[in-house]
Amino acid sequence: MTADGWYEPGSSPVHRVPAGWKFAALLALAAAVFALRSPVWLGGICAAVVLAYGVARVSLRRCAGVARSLGVLAAFVFAVQWWLLGADQALVVCLRVVTALAAANLFTITTRIDDVVAAVEHGLGPLRRFGVRPDRIGLLVGLTLQAVAALSAIAAEVREAARARGAQRSVTAFAVPFLVRTLRHADELGEALAARGEGDR
Amino acid sequence: MIEFEGVGHRYGERVVLSDVELRLAERRVAFVGANGSGKSTLARMINGLVLPTSGRVLVDGLDPARQGREVRRRVGFVFTNPDSQIVMPTAGEDVAFSLRRSGLSRRERAERAAEILAEYGLAGYADHPAHQLSGGQKQLLALCAMLALDPAVLVCDEPTTLLDLRNKRRFAELLTGLKQQVVMVTHDLDLLDGFDRVVVLDGGRVVADDEPGPALRHYRALVT
Ligand SMILES: Nc1ncnc2c1ncn2[C@@H]1O[C@H](COP(=O)(O)OP(=O)(O)OP(=O)(O)O)[C@@H](O)[C@H]1O
Ligand SMILES: [Mg+2]
Repeated sequence: MTADGWYEPGSSPVHRVPAGWKFAALLALAAAVFALRSPVWLGGICAAVVLAYGVARVSLRRCAGVARSLGVLAAFVFAVQWWLLGADQALVVCLRVVTALAAANLFTITTRIDDVVAAVEHGLGPLRRFGVRPDRIGLLVGLTLQAVAALSAIAAEVREAARARGAQRSVTAFAVPFLVRTLRHADELGEALAARGEGDR
Repeated sequence: MIEFEGVGHRYGERVVLSDVELRLAERRVAFVGANGSGKSTLARMINGLVLPTSGRVLVDGLDPARQGREVRRRVGFVFTNPDSQIVMPTAGEDVAFSLRRSGLSRRERAERAAEILAEYGLAGYADHPAHQLSGGQKQLLALCAMLALDPAVLVCDEPTTLLDLRNKRRFAELLTGLKQQVVMVTHDLDLLDGFDRVVVLDGGRVVADDEPGPALRHYRALVT
């Protein structure tokens, strides 16, 4: 399983910003990035995000991992946009995507999920009187992030099993066991949550 | 005290349990039997994950069919596959998740979670990504997450099936030391040495119910 984008404990200033503020900043940054059109400004923000990785003292190994996956994505986006809209537009779109994703990644690396969940619960507290259940939404956020890890682990195992049987090119050799295992995982997870008292209130 | 009164269960037409009469008050109870004999179905009834289609179950006088919430507060459950019991990304958060309704502050929950992890041999793993723990450690984590709720009864459905010999032993030793009443479903018969009572199931019926020695003799005779 890849641990791409999981929390890395630390005590840097970026780690210490309360999760709620960090989340708000991330949303603001994403909004700004998609509103701006100037490559200079976008480049500046992108550089600031890169700098923030330094401030957060993210390990080089993690940085390399993020750079690799964003690099591939950026190359792909750039190629498509260039073909469709020309080089200038392609650069802008590319900077937007890379900046937003790099910032989101930094957020997950420096913020404990538990804190995000608590911040979401806290932030949504006022909506309680309209029947919104903040604790449920918080759990949903946690489980969604968790599901990504679980599904990629299942996919990796199924792919290995298919390869072991020389069926790495067969779609069904992947899709069928992947679906079955995903559904079974969902079933088991549901039972485990029920056993831990979720849904009892 | 866990009571099964004339309990039966069917999935559609298929009868998987019939006429189960048990009163379990011993500290260490095991369910053994062949694959498909109904052990998991019976164990799941203790915390209301499965409800009997006839008869009834009582846990300290409470019926899981009606008072599911109170029963689940009393009964912890450890499943076979640790991967699907972990709901939060790090070990500490996963245990803290169990404490979310304890009235403790977030900081206190995190501290308590770290204490519990340390108590069961996972000291220093609070910030560790839960899915990168070894199989044995994951199962310990699942146990910690349950014990954080301080249940009176702990039901374990083949908790050691996916573990190697060393982790199996370790898990069994930890169970021995618990103050909880333990009901364990297992195929690892050598884990049952310290048990007070072994219930043998076959085709959905209780065919033996005794101390480990005689009960396991009966079970072995059944398969040969
Ligand atoms: N959800 C279900 N729907 C239909 N039949 C089921 C379901 N769950 C279990 N069964 C059937 O009920 C019977 C008893 O299953 P159970 O899981 O209780 O057996 P078990 O003793 O735990 O077996 P094992 O040792 O393999 O875990 C089996 O014949 C099984 O096929
Ligand atoms: Mg079973």
